[in-house]
Amino acid sequence: MNNIKDIVNRNIRQYGMLFALVVIVIFFGVVTGGRLIWPRNVSMLVRQNAYVLILAIGMMFCILTGGNVDLSVGSLVALVSAMSGLTSYNLGLPTGLAILISVLTGLLAGIWQGFWIAYVKVPPFITTLAGMLIFRGINNIILDGKTLPLTGLYITIGTGSVPDIAPQTVPDFLHIGDLLKLQNKPEYLNMTMLLVGLTLSTLYVLFIILNRKSKKKRGYEVAPLWSVVTKAVSFFIVINLFSYWLAMDEGLPIMLILLVALYAIYTFIATKTIPGRHIYAMGGNLKAAELSGINTRRIMFLVYANMGLLAGVAGVVTAGRSMAASPNVGANFELDAIGACFIGGASAYGGIGTIWGAVVGAFIMGVMNNGMSMIGLDVFLQSVAKGLVVLLAVAFDMYSKSKSRLG
Amino acid sequence: MLEYILEMINITKEFPGVTALSNVNFKVKKGEIHALVGENGAGKSTLMSVLSGIYPYGSYTGSILFKGKECRFRHIRDSEEAGIAIIHQELALSPYMSIAENIFLGNERAKNGVIDWDETNREAIRLMKQVGLKDKHTTRIKDLGVGKQQLVEIAKALAKNCELLILDEPTAALNDDDSNHLLDLLKRLNQEHGLTCIMISHKLHEVISIAHSITVLRDGKTIETLDNTEPVSENRIIRGMVGRELTDRFPKHEPKIGGIGFEIKNWTVHDPLDEERVVIHNVNMYFRKGEIVGLAGLMGAGRTELAMSIFGRAYGKRISGTLIKDGKEITLNNIGQAIANGIAYVTEDRKGAGLVHIMDIKKNITLANLKAITRGSVINEDEEIVVGKTYRERFSIKSSGVFQKAGNLSGGNQQKVVLSKWIFASPDVLILDEPTRGIDVGAKYEIYKIILELADAGKCIIMISSELPEILGLTDRLYIMNEGRVVGEMETSQATQVDIMSTIIKSSGGR
Ligand SMILES: Nc1ncnc2c1ncn2[C@@H]1O[C@H](COP(=O)(O)OP(=O)(O)OP(=O)(O)O)[C@@H](O)[C@H]1O
Ligand SMILES: [Mg+2]
Repeated sequence: MNNIKDIVNRNIRQYGMLFALVVIVIFFGVVTGGRLIWPRNVSMLVRQNAYVLILAIGMMFCILTGGNVDLSVGSLVALVSAMSGLTSYNLGLPTGLAILISVLTGLLAGIWQGFWIAYVKVPPFITTLAGMLIFRGINNIILDGKTLPLTGLYITIGTGSVPDIAPQTVPDFLHIGDLLKLQNKPEYLNMTMLLVGLTLSTLYVLFIILNRKSKKKRGYEVAPLWSVVTKAVSFFIVINLFSYWLAMDEGLPIMLILLVALYAIYTFIATKTIPGRHIYAMGGNLKAAELSGINTRRIMFLVYANMGLLAGVAGVVTAGRSMAASPNVGANFELDAIGACFIGGASAYGGIGTIWGAVVGAFIMGVMNNGMSMIGLDVFLQSVAKGLVVLLAVAFDMYSKSKSRLG
Repeated sequence: MLEYILEMINITKEFPGVTALSNVNFKVKKGEIHALVGENGAGKSTLMSVLSGIYPYGSYTGSILFKGKECRFRHIRDSEEAGIAIIHQELALSPYMSIAENIFLGNERAKNGVIDWDETNREAIRLMKQVGLKDKHTTRIKDLGVGKQQLVEIAKALAKNCELLILDEPTAALNDDDSNHLLDLLKRLNQEHGLTCIMISHKLHEVISIAHSITVLRDGKTIETLDNTEPVSENRIIRGMVGRELTDRFPKHEPKIGGIGFEIKNWTVHDPLDEERVVIHNVNMYFRKGEIVGLAGLMGAGRTELAMSIFGRAYGKRISGTLIKDGKEITLNNIGQAIANGIAYVTEDRKGAGLVHIMDIKKNITLANLKAITRGSVINEDEEIVVGKTYRERFSIKSSGVFQKAGNLSGGNQQKVVLSKWIFASPDVLILDEPTRGIDVGAKYEIYKIILELADAGKCIIMISSELPEILGLTDRLYIMNEGRVVGEMETSQATQVDIMSTIIKSSGGR
């Protein structure tokens, strides 16, 4: 089991996806003359696509339960955005409280849908189709067609970055911004970003090493040293390069902290907890899961409630970025999220897929969106291109699956 | 005339991490019934998949000669065109379509792309008569029992004008009557129409009664081909299969029976689809610790329904009665509660309800008892690997490792995974529903040993089996069920097959 071929075989889809992302980044990097990967654009990419990523995480769980989707998330983002306008602008509540209420609105909507799906057994497709109409309608009722401005914390979350704790402390010679001929860049490297990157990556490397040691001590099987070291070193390098890159411009976007936290939490739930395991099992074989004592109704309920919660977060993020609560926001968001999951390797029948896959899928979507707009591709052509990518990704999946079955 | 209709020469087939077949040679004479036997995972199903083009030419090495011509099948269609039809162990019929539609599924009788219903029906009726199926041709498959579904599969194969028919464990899920009917049919088709058959089976007495030759596979290699025109003995075949003499079919055992551990009182269950219909009538049973209790009966006697209704109401509506465990009454409203109260039920429907096929072996084993490997709220995946390995060794689950997907295991090894799952759940009451279906003789012995071990550890074992010799060989006491009622109870040491059958027949006649 410790040989390379086995490890690669087990993770072929994951590597394939990452490879696809890298190829797409390089492609658009070249055709945009490097503009795509400029630090300023990278932070923008993160902010612009945060909503896909957040929604894709929740959507991945829906799909895992058995190929179910949530069609209502776009409308729910709109509803949450309207709630933000209502609470913070119309009622004048402090933005912190407004955000809390808005996110809870999302959760409540999720609980509502989860109830119908899990306990009344209305198929998810239909429940969420209804939700799509209902939530959009409520948004329009609240906003009455008007756009309301948002302020305070909304703006911070949507567009802010962490202030530099020690500006102008990084020696000049470390700065390669001039070499790259970046425009509008700050004079100095952002110390906060560098420190955060360095601390996180060091902690992670330490964790990997200590974890391996303690496993070994307790007599469990461990991955070979070289593979652990390779993994740790490459992780360390990638993270620090990335943080250096962002440090050349505005530093650490607040949104990025949110995304990393969500990724970490949900990966943990999916891979390390009992409910996570139960979701995979019921997607793999519903009857077998039930006969193993899994409460599949409760799982369904939780998954859709959680989707609502995440749609609430995505709604706040979206509202914050556009600095307004508006009636048309969120259109087709559900399709972006579903597409990201399938690009990321989810099985349309459930039981197969990872949060990591959803994240990479979301970034593939995001880079394509951003890159295609940069080169000024017609929006309709953009839509065609995205459709084709989803199709090809799943086709590749099917192909590689039939290959592996034939050995 | 050609002596051999089929020659498979030096077939080698590898999967990542396993060599399923290595240099297998397999020859079938024209007009014979050829049995293919071997332990679970020996490669029988794989060999037939190679033959029928499920694993296409190029994914294996070696050559296949059919009617003297070299064949390179890339798809099942190719082998069907050549005259080879395969009936898989898991039947492949469309439940909501009629018998006639299923017989011609993928092989429709049509004129210019429009289905010719007259022709379809006429032919279907003719084929149904040939296989001895007396239902109407418009009956839907879901309304037929497994035995009759098998017959539809055979009719379907005949509709393709096949010359070589492959049956993978055709009688595994059938009761004795249906099995005999099927075997008679095969004999008749063989004698009257000269149909050549390859039959995979773990039921050696059937093999001996029907086959002309028997080929034994072990660990992906051909061991020998026996001539069965003069019937060989079961022990002779077993020696080839397991590579040693197997003198006893059942392990020797001194039961250590303790007090009553589990009781069912006045248990009545109604059909979930038709709430007026009573499926289980006022059943009373008790089970002692360390005792193995058999539930004997024909298919449809209500044994599975009884077991599932106890198991947290997994089956049935309007359930009444009491369950008493260790002297205390318990209520089991859902499966989770049943498991928490130490009840386990090993399903007879391994494929449909026993396993998560896309999950690996270790995850399947821990699924019903994840708490045991969870600290705080974190699943300890290292511990999971250890658990997986322990059971893989204990049951000798033939696989490339604990990371192999359960769906890629051979049928018998899948069963071992399901058993491992429930034993890992460490129940006090273990209900086994047809636990050795589709399992080879050697592995059966291993499984019996494990069952006895569990009994000796003081568990109550309830064993449902359609194989009377197994019930008689393994249990300490048995209940006989018929039409949802308990119609007899015997000490196994005083029971014979004849006693059991006559009890069943008497109880049906009396009503
Ligand atoms: N798709 C696959 N991927 C990996 N290994 C496989 C695959 N299919 C079969 N195997 C392995 O090949 C071997 C032979 O399996 P096969 O199904 O042919 O056994 P069998 O003789 O039919 O057993 P049984 O009597 O239990 O049905 C087994 O070890 C099995 O694990
Ligand atoms: Mg098989």
